[in-house]
Amino acid sequence: MNLLGLLRVAMRALAVNKLRSALTMLGIIIGVAAVIVMIAVGAGAQARVEEQIRSLGSNLLLILSGATTSGGVRMGFGSNLTLSEEDAAAISREIPETTAAPALRGAAQVIWGNQNWSTVIFGITPEYVEVRQWELASGRMFDPTDTAGATKVCLVGQTVARQLFGGVDPVGQVIRVRRVPFTVIGVLEGKGQSMMGTDQDDLILMPITTARSRVLGASARAKQRSVGTIWVKVQEGYDMKAAEEQVRALLRQRHRLQPGADDDFSLRNLEEVAATQEASSRVLALLLAAVASVSLVVGGIGIMNIMLVSVTERTREIGLRMAVGARTRDILGQFLVEAVTLSLIGGIVGILIGVGAAVGIAELAGWRIVLAPESVMLAVAFAFAIGVFFGFYPARKAARLNPVEALRFE
Amino acid sequence: MTAPLIHTRDLAKVYRIGDNLIKALDGVGLDIASGEMTAVMGPSGSGKSTFMNLIGCLDLPSSGVYRLEGRDVAALPRDELAATRNRSIGFVFQNFNLLARTAAVENVELPLVYAGVPSRERRGRAMEMLEKVGLGERSEHHPAQLSGGQQQRVAIARALVTRPLLILADEPTGALDSRTSLEIMALLQELNRGGMTVVLVTHEPDVARFARRILRFRDGRVVQDEANHRPEDAACLLAAERKAA
Repeated sequence: MNLLGLLRVAMRALAVNKLRSALTMLGIIIGVAAVIVMIAVGAGAQARVEEQIRSLGSNLLLILSGATTSGGVRMGFGSNLTLSEEDAAAISREIPETTAAPALRGAAQVIWGNQNWSTVIFGITPEYVEVRQWELASGRMFDPTDTAGATKVCLVGQTVARQLFGGVDPVGQVIRVRRVPFTVIGVLEGKGQSMMGTDQDDLILMPITTARSRVLGASARAKQRSVGTIWVKVQEGYDMKAAEEQVRALLRQRHRLQPGADDDFSLRNLEEVAATQEASSRVLALLLAAVASVSLVVGGIGIMNIMLVSVTERTREIGLRMAVGARTRDILGQFLVEAVTLSLIGGIVGILIGVGAAVGIAELAGWRIVLAPESVMLAVAFAFAIGVFFGFYPARKAARLNPVEALRFE
Repeated sequence: MTAPLIHTRDLAKVYRIGDNLIKALDGVGLDIASGEMTAVMGPSGSGKSTFMNLIGCLDLPSSGVYRLEGRDVAALPRDELAATRNRSIGFVFQNFNLLARTAAVENVELPLVYAGVPSRERRGRAMEMLEKVGLGERSEHHPAQLSGGQQQRVAIARALVTRPLLILADEPTGALDSRTSLEIMALLQELNRGGMTVVLVTHEPDVARFARRILRFRDGRVVQDEANHRPEDAACLLAAERKAA
């Protein structure tokens, strides 16, 4: 019998017990829908992590001014400014595969009109924007004369723009940072939350020279040209580990550290942090999918159960079909197609419900979801495989019936 | 002389139930020629059903020879047996064994489906057979919408549709009233007169009297093999009954 004929026979048989068929499909429907939703949510979480990694900038090393021991008391990183702008310049010069950007950090209250906001100030060189991959939403970047002349201009992050200016365009406005008036020349693109959950858009960027002389100068950090952090961008394709070691060796040499002495700075490879995060989110996504596929297996067992009942109920029909010439493969095919029809219809309904549920979750809970066509294909393939796998045993049982006994079956 | 349609020698079937061996059929040797109408009689447990299953290629003998149209079918593999049943044998059962919720014409088509006949030709041949048994106008009826006699006619049409060598009828009138039984027997006699070999399994002498040869089974053996020189004509009886009524 050809496939179309088998399909018609299967549909007719399934239509006889509509409720039973529907309930059997329900197992597969729930399983497939769960797999779709879980994959969508898992992929969404992964996409979020990947986005955060991108927002950080890729191939980055972060150097923090070191923890030093002062009279036996160990201080935290950044407590002593052991790094300098010269260090950054030396890294860029000595290791051509890297671009180093020094940054001076401080907190300040900023005022515009009758609004005020407490935010973080970064004194930077033009490299910083490139290394951290900041884009402008509006306005212009610093130009070299800004740094050289320590002009009082700044770029504001999205959060600052929103908190301070509300709906007004910040470009061209004058804000006061620690009572010093600054002209806003641009607004940065939003980067969203960092992996640690801090708001990356809550900041003001200004030339490092300006920050040192006008804003942060009053503090202990006034020490000539010293900086708290240096960001190092390593060229695409260059080994991060090698770059890390080269930077470390260079800084130890510049800081005249004896062999065996502790580093007076701290070097972090952000790639590793990101990779760990990404791996854990992938494991989470896999775990979700695995849990969901358990329900698919349970659905498959439901199909097997019903197919066994169906074979028993239709023993006489099987006997008759054999008497008029059905071969083993005809009977096997008939019941396999019936099982696969159950699972495939269940699978398709499951996909519709799963996609609907995933979109619903995205709308209601505001979660990020990613509906990949592959996951839908996978679900269909899985439903098909479930039908074949769990339909095979009942079908073989039917095909192996003895025609004499089957015909006599009451 | 051509080979008989059915040829058996020392045909035996032994079942094992626990430690007991039960000889359902114990050395049956007989020939049935093409065109015969034979009734197989005997009480239940006499081996007549086993005999019918063996010559119908539904089961394999434990020992002995069975040739169908000169071909040894005693040791054929399962699928070859199925193909033989499909091509050469038409079955008629006591309880009709029609597929429920399936139109009469589709029931008749079923053996052709397994023979691999294309659907258009299938439909044509099935309709032809339904007309032959007088049910051309009820081809789309489901079994539940047909009377017992009509259902058995559909079953006979199904048995005939592959143009088999013989019709095996197992108690074909067992579930029918006497009037309808006569109609079915008249149909079988008509087919036989057209050249079809008919083997009839029954325990009713009333049914056997229409056959030209009567085999009696007891304890797995043929105990009597007699010719019925003057078989009753079911069509005449039917006509007489109509006249009386």
